[in-house]
Amino acid sequence: MPAEPLADGALTLPDVAARPDPAARGRRVPVVSLGIIVLFVLVAILAPFLSPADPGEQSLRNRFKPPVWMEGGSSKHLLGTDRLGRDMLSRMIWGSRVSLAAGVVTVLLASAFGAGVGLVAGYHGGMVDAVLMRATDATMSFPVILLALILAVTVGPSFTNVVVAIAVILWARYARVIRGQVLTLMGLDFIAQARIAGAGAWRIITRHLFPNTLNTLVVLVTLQIGYVIIVEASLSFLGAGIPPPTPAWGSMISEGREFVTSAWWVSSLPGLAILLVVLAFNLLGDWLRDTLDPKLRQL
Amino acid sequence: MIPAPPASAPVIEVRDLRTHLVTRWGAIKAVDGVSFSVAEGETLGLVGESGSGKSMTCLSLVRLTPRPASRIVGGSVLLDGDELTTRTEAEMQRIRGRKIAMILQDPMSSLNPVFSVGMQVREPLTMYHGLRGATLTERATALLASVRIPSPAARLRAFPYQLSGGMRQRVVGAMAIAAPPRLLIADEPTTSLDLTIQAQYLSLLEELQDRHRLAMIFITHNLGIVSRICDRVAVMYAGRIVESGPVRRIFTAPAHPYTQALLESIPRLGTRIDHLTAIEGQPPDLARLPSGCSFAPRCARVMDRCRVEAPPEFAAGPGQVSRCWLWAPAGG
Repeated sequence: MPAEPLADGALTLPDVAARPDPAARGRRVPVVSLGIIVLFVLVAILAPFLSPADPGEQSLRNRFKPPVWMEGGSSKHLLGTDRLGRDMLSRMIWGSRVSLAAGVVTVLLASAFGAGVGLVAGYHGGMVDAVLMRATDATMSFPVILLALILAVTVGPSFTNVVVAIAVILWARYARVIRGQVLTLMGLDFIAQARIAGAGAWRIITRHLFPNTLNTLVVLVTLQIGYVIIVEASLSFLGAGIPPPTPAWGSMISEGREFVTSAWWVSSLPGLAILLVVLAFNLLGDWLRDTLDPKLRQL
Repeated sequence: MIPAPPASAPVIEVRDLRTHLVTRWGAIKAVDGVSFSVAEGETLGLVGESGSGKSMTCLSLVRLTPRPASRIVGGSVLLDGDELTTRTEAEMQRIRGRKIAMILQDPMSSLNPVFSVGMQVREPLTMYHGLRGATLTERATALLASVRIPSPAARLRAFPYQLSGGMRQRVVGAMAIAAPPRLLIADEPTTSLDLTIQAQYLSLLEELQDRHRLAMIFITHNLGIVSRICDRVAVMYAGRIVESGPVRRIFTAPAHPYTQALLESIPRLGTRIDHLTAIEGQPPDLARLPSGCSFAPRCARVMDRCRVEAPPEFAAGPGQVSRCWLWAPAGG
């Protein structure tokens, strides 16, 4: 700024507010991600109204019809048809329900249980903590996919089994992160102060510890929904997930994999949907983490 | 033992309290036979170096010493004549806050960061008095006003990060007197406040004490504060009270060499001195206390007897006792 005579002799400070904040860019609301997620949720909820055809209706005469923009495509099947002549667009729309439901239900179960374990372990410390954390370590060392495969083989594949298999492993992550945070909180005076004021374990955990871990939980939940969608798709792909004829993105990829060269859309379109939704959740999660709690970089 | 103050019965009476910490190096006698009493409206200053057992003594009163390492192994704590050491945890929870309240050192972390001041001030009122609705808000506002927080109704909506350290400590004070309690323990509540705010806060504590006839224990290592607000002083060293007495006696005629050394290490305004006297040596390792008097290795007036035999309490003046062989009656 050039030196100018000062009217009232006051010091002019460089206008800090006018300068772009270098960190602000990272904190901008991820509109595209949010848009994709909102669209995804709306499509899943409104599937019966949006779907142009019955996703299970077969028409062997119309097998492998290409999407509308390709040669031979028709406006009757905007995204073409699969091996059994079922409408791809309808199947994709109904498939979003499976992904959303699996993601949300699993993450809710896992986070509720895991956060509970983390809060109790961190609050009590000592033996309680040691036992719960060893259980957490043991759980984390167990592969999700393997457990789901075992369940699918022994009990048979179902939506419930997918949710259970993933949640039974996924809670450990919440337990560990929340417990770590509780340990830091326990050292702060407001917990000691609450105890001195006569608060018992339940009150301290629910009123003082839990609300202080909410930011972390929100970030973790968002990031994990994407992860669960991928795991569910992988399981469906392997045949251990949602059993046919329910359309699921993972099983759609699997069904189309033999025809990738001749009918690429059968595998690629659901793959693209998974990619976009998971990416959107991850970007939103990253943004939430940076905005709510920059200390959580390691998540 | 400090003689009970005249007229009223003590609010809190501690007799031969012993709290031990179990560590892998053995048992540490963090509080080793402490006795004192505080009457209504009286302030006892608990003075000593870090690790001398001041905070452990006070946490022992409400039975909140760190678990599972520490244990109260002996002695008794009487609150208005009621024994506390044998109470169940559930009973203690009803005593904490309602009968004995405490203000801790760090105003920056003593409020829950995610709740507004209002929610936090309302919590003890709901817990202790079952208040709700409009009465609750009214009482919360009155409580903030009583700790001299300007525009209290508006402050109820503020979050802790929007308040200064001094303001937060006032909020903590407001929550502490919500019951109001019989005994208020202030554990170095002004250490992290700046000097002008410190003075204001001390006046506020005195005011609250007068209004509610609180018995008060003031933990500090700042002798200036002691001389200002305490009626009596107990000096702690290595888990024991080595000297206690009326505040004026302690400052004008300290009886124990440790107290004398403490007073000599304070710089005085207006007197020119070349160097301050520091107390030689390190505070003792509580796991390996010397036999005899624990201050002996650092004491300037140490005698042969001090290294062998721990001194009992001797009268050293009116209302003043000292655990030092210097005060042993002649021929004893």
